[in-house]
Amino acid sequence: MQNFLRDAVEFMPILLQGVWLTVVVTIGSLLLSTVLGLLWALMRVSGIRVLTALSEGLINVIRGIPIIVLLFYLYFVMPDFGVALTALQASIIGLGIAYSAYQAENFRAGIEAIDKGQIEAAQTIGMGWWMTMRRVVLPQAVRIVLPPYGNVMIMMLKDSSQASTITVAELALQGKLIASSTFKNTSVFTLVALMYLTMSIPLILLVRHFENKAKRK
Amino acid sequence: MIELSNVHKSFGSNEVLKGITASVEKSEVVCIIGPSGSGKSTILRCINGLESYDSGEILVEGAKVDNKAPSIVAIRTQVSMVFQRFNLFPHRTALENVVEGPIYVKKEPPTEALERGRALLAQVGLAEKADAHPGQLSGGQQQRVAIARALAMQPKAILFDEPTSALDPELVGEVLGVMRKLADDGMTMVVVTHEMGFARDVADRVLFIDGGVIVEQGAAKSVLNAPQHARTQDFLHRVLHPL
Repeated sequence: MQNFLRDAVEFMPILLQGVWLTVVVTIGSLLLSTVLGLLWALMRVSGIRVLTALSEGLINVIRGIPIIVLLFYLYFVMPDFGVALTALQASIIGLGIAYSAYQAENFRAGIEAIDKGQIEAAQTIGMGWWMTMRRVVLPQAVRIVLPPYGNVMIMMLKDSSQASTITVAELALQGKLIASSTFKNTSVFTLVALMYLTMSIPLILLVRHFENKAKRK
Repeated sequence: MIELSNVHKSFGSNEVLKGITASVEKSEVVCIIGPSGSGKSTILRCINGLESYDSGEILVEGAKVDNKAPSIVAIRTQVSMVFQRFNLFPHRTALENVVEGPIYVKKEPPTEALERGRALLAQVGLAEKADAHPGQLSGGQQQRVAIARALAMQPKAILFDEPTSALDPELVGEVLGVMRKLADDGMTMVVVTHEMGFARDVADRVLFIDGGVIVEQGAAKSVLNAPQHARTQDFLHRVLHPL
């Protein structure tokens, strides 16, 4: 135990640098996946057949490719097409695209859960499709969507470790580097696990808060 | 101001409107009565384009109703609708529900719209409920807010789709009272209803619909008190003497 504490004090500063990148990757890909997911979901419910089909196709393609392969593709293959991304950019875009499929399905479920009478009421006061979405449907869908959205945040935090496979020195990769140079596997990976857990706890509480709020409605 | 000529409408193989021809004059109150599934609501929903119709023609102030055309927005702001289940926006207060259309669709200045919104809520007897959310209101209060929301668009006519059918019996009166006042003020109204007392007292004309056709129509009192057609007689008998 004493050894562990000594190791913790020694490795913590390096691991915290990794934490910073983990946070950047998580937040960046969360934002991107939210925007893309909302776009796919709106295309899906637009009632325009081409957009619906396009969205369905995209979601299936994205869902069918492992995140790690998507990351390799962006980081190692795209340069062949003249698009050179930094590892950080590639990881945010890759995770953002990968998660957009799940976000889209979540958002769509939320949108479709809104009573049809709400849409008709909006139409009868002269609202068009987009205004109905913005003023009536989406504000109500948010409440339904938030609990699963919180779960996506937790998954995203953990999956940001996949960025380590394309050299982003986030928490998992920092841990691996320290472990392989000091052979203190137990201390290092216990620390890494504890740090992920520590970051997850506020998100877990947030999900519970969302769920309670949704229940009250 | 509303004219339907030979309107047909099918849902799949089920033809619900089989050639409806009718008209509603300005300031007229027309009640549509008839058994469930006879197509009453569908007529209203076709008039403001919530449903498309297959053939025939519907004109509102001379403009053809086509829910695929951009002109439908203008028609909808002239012909408001009140629903059986109120369909208030639950995430907004009563006042916000009322001013939603004026501010965001008609682009009225918010201060004016809010002032008028409060006046409308007062008109339906809910001045003190302006900041309440729909979930905090009774069914009757929600429906009165919905009527205020319809009025806020300053419509030329209001369509009521069974406005009291989802209410507890003791709350029906307050909603019908508001509607009667509107009728007295000269609002053009088309009301699908099972409230025969309201139809008799307030309506100028009654249409009896069954099986997608207008079986009988005429002055409210004559249709309701002395129906000519056997189906009308049978329907009214069953509604007025359920035992």
